[in-house]
Amino acid sequence: MTTIYLDNNATTPVAPEVLDEMIPFLRDLYGNPSSMHTFGGQLHRKIEEAREKVAALLNAHPEEIIFTSCGTESDNTALMSAVESLPRKKHVITTRVEHPAVLNFCRHLARKGCRVTYVPVNNLGQLDTDFLFRAVDDDTAVASIMHANNETGVLFPIAHIAEKLKERGVLFHTDAVQTAGKLRLDMKSLPADMLSLSGHKLHAPKGIGVLYVRRGTRFSPYVIGGHQEKGRRAGTENVASIIGLGKACELAAQFLQKEASYLKVLCDRLEGALLQACPDARINGDIENRLPNTTNMSFEFIEGEAILLRLNEFGICASSGSACTSGSLEPSHVLRAMGIPYTAVHGSVRFSLSRYNTEQEIDRVIEVMPGIVRELREFSPFGREKLACPPE
Amino acid sequence: MWEYTDKVKETFLKPKNVGEIPNADAVGEVGSIICGDALKLFLKIDKETGKILDAKFQTFGCASAIASSSALTEMVKGKTLDEALEISNQDIADFLGGLPDQKMHCSVMGREALEAAVANFRGEPLPQKDEGKQVCKCFDVSEEKIRKVAVENHLTTVEEITNFTKAGGGCGECVPQIELILRDLWSLKPPEKPTTPKRLTNLHRIALIQEIIESEIRPGLQADNGDVELIDIEGNKVTLALRGMCTGCMMSDITLKGIQQKLREMVGGDIVVEAYQ
Ligand code: FES
Repeated sequence: MTTIYLDNNATTPVAPEVLDEMIPFLRDLYGNPSSMHTFGGQLHRKIEEAREKVAALLNAHPEEIIFTSCGTESDNTALMSAVESLPRKKHVITTRVEHPAVLNFCRHLARKGCRVTYVPVNNLGQLDTDFLFRAVDDDTAVASIMHANNETGVLFPIAHIAEKLKERGVLFHTDAVQTAGKLRLDMKSLPADMLSLSGHKLHAPKGIGVLYVRRGTRFSPYVIGGHQEKGRRAGTENVASIIGLGKACELAAQFLQKEASYLKVLCDRLEGALLQACPDARINGDIENRLPNTTNMSFEFIEGEAILLRLNEFGICASSGSACTSGSLEPSHVLRAMGIPYTAVHGSVRFSLSRYNTEQEIDRVIEVMPGIVRELREFSPFGREKLACPPE
Repeated sequence: MWEYTDKVKETFLKPKNVGEIPNADAVGEVGSIICGDALKLFLKIDKETGKILDAKFQTFGCASAIASSSALTEMVKGKTLDEALEISNQDIADFLGGLPDQKMHCSVMGREALEAAVANFRGEPLPQKDEGKQVCKCFDVSEEKIRKVAVENHLTTVEEITNFTKAGGGCGECVPQIELILRDLWSLKPPEKPTTPKRLTNLHRIALIQEIIESEIRPGLQADNGDVELIDIEGNKVTLALRGMCTGCMMSDITLKGIQQKLREMVGGDIVVEAYQ
């Protein structure tokens, strides 16, 4: 059975071109870039080349790119750096629907004595920006607002937010892990101070991330040790992955435009067909302002884990916001923050696509999904008054 | 991904006895769509012999909830009601070759549905609804149920209680109460507070401070990726250096105050903590 991988917001396959580029650095060029000898020292140049490619994707200056170990480290570093370099300010703003890398770090800061404001969203998942701006005061050190939500794909107006916060003199960090490589990011026109991205979400390997820090922004390192990354992030460079990320960014820049429209067509097709074939299904989130590759749908009266495991039988990989799949007993904090009824939260499924998905794969999902929904509804004590998916 | 046994997977993919029994003699309904799982059990019972002639279910829930429901119906068929009531949640789990720890509540739900159905047949009030106060409001779990499940399955920790009943798995507000119930149930003693010796010799005092820093203070800081090092003790002055995440942390003052407070409580009221410069 071939795998139909529709869980690209969780992680993406490494692009073959990326892997090819990395292999020599794993096999032969194993030196340490900090070494005095040419064998190691020559890698330094390679890292700088990769840095330039990452910078190019963001239209940033290479100096503003710091390599980290993952998106989470970038997020943590950004927040920690902000509160540490502004020791007199003790207020942090974020959203209720942030990734745990930001959300739980804010809770950590709260335990350390920070005041944290969690900005709510409405039932389309749109951010209450008025609430955000009202929350800003003289004590506010930093606001960390994600660019796109990983579960629903809903985009936040970060350009507008960044501008307003700049006027108010508040540091602004955005977690762009889901948008980097999918949407154009231009740090020359977007006045954000910091931005996080993660390699494995854009066809580079896991274990590599980037924190963009605008020139002139006060910065305090999080990982402390050697002088790597100009003293901003210690630890011997993950050379092969840095090279891989450079290549991945180059590819992303190249594909970005075409890919976005291609994915949108596939996504719309999937969504449209499933809504038509399954009654009591809905889309979660604002479809007007959304990543082109993500759709989050709810199928009432049935539970997400059951849907995923049935899809698994067909080799189809997706994810869900249901309690049973979250690793805790609580369903998705994102869907709950949006006020989606519990019945729909439990039956939510997220499909997230990448450029490697094909029309045939989408058609396969359209073919098997209604049957799965129908069968699980036959098991369910709920929604019986209504007809489940009509027989084909 | 959950580590389900093959039997769970197989049963989930092809469950037995799905559906309703029209004019069932007994119906047991537990759980709710809000909590994320619910089970409706239908029984056909021979009035003469009390034997269960047929059993069917409808379940809203994850794979293990559906598998547990199917297992339950297979197990009760042909048994008398009294025999059926002998089936414990562990038996349901065993029938499936075991369930992941965090999924044990699915088997408990099966057992509860059975009890509810039997009560329904016998015209008894539902066992749990009116007795026992609600402990966990997130998942509507009563003290009665926590005690019962704890005893039946020899559960001693809050985590186990959460795995078996979900209580404590939401906002976490009820965790202290669950702890109290467990303590009471197994008559565990609350951890003893170290008593403060009246007069300490210098040597004692130093040893005590060292021990408190090692066992009481460092673990807490380390949990937050920080650490502290004891630099010197001079009379009542304790000099400490914060390490890791604590260095340069804007909270370092507060952290040191906290340590001072602790040392004052446990060693003596005159302790002064200072940061190593
Ligand atoms: S009250 Fe028990 S978890 Fe919220």
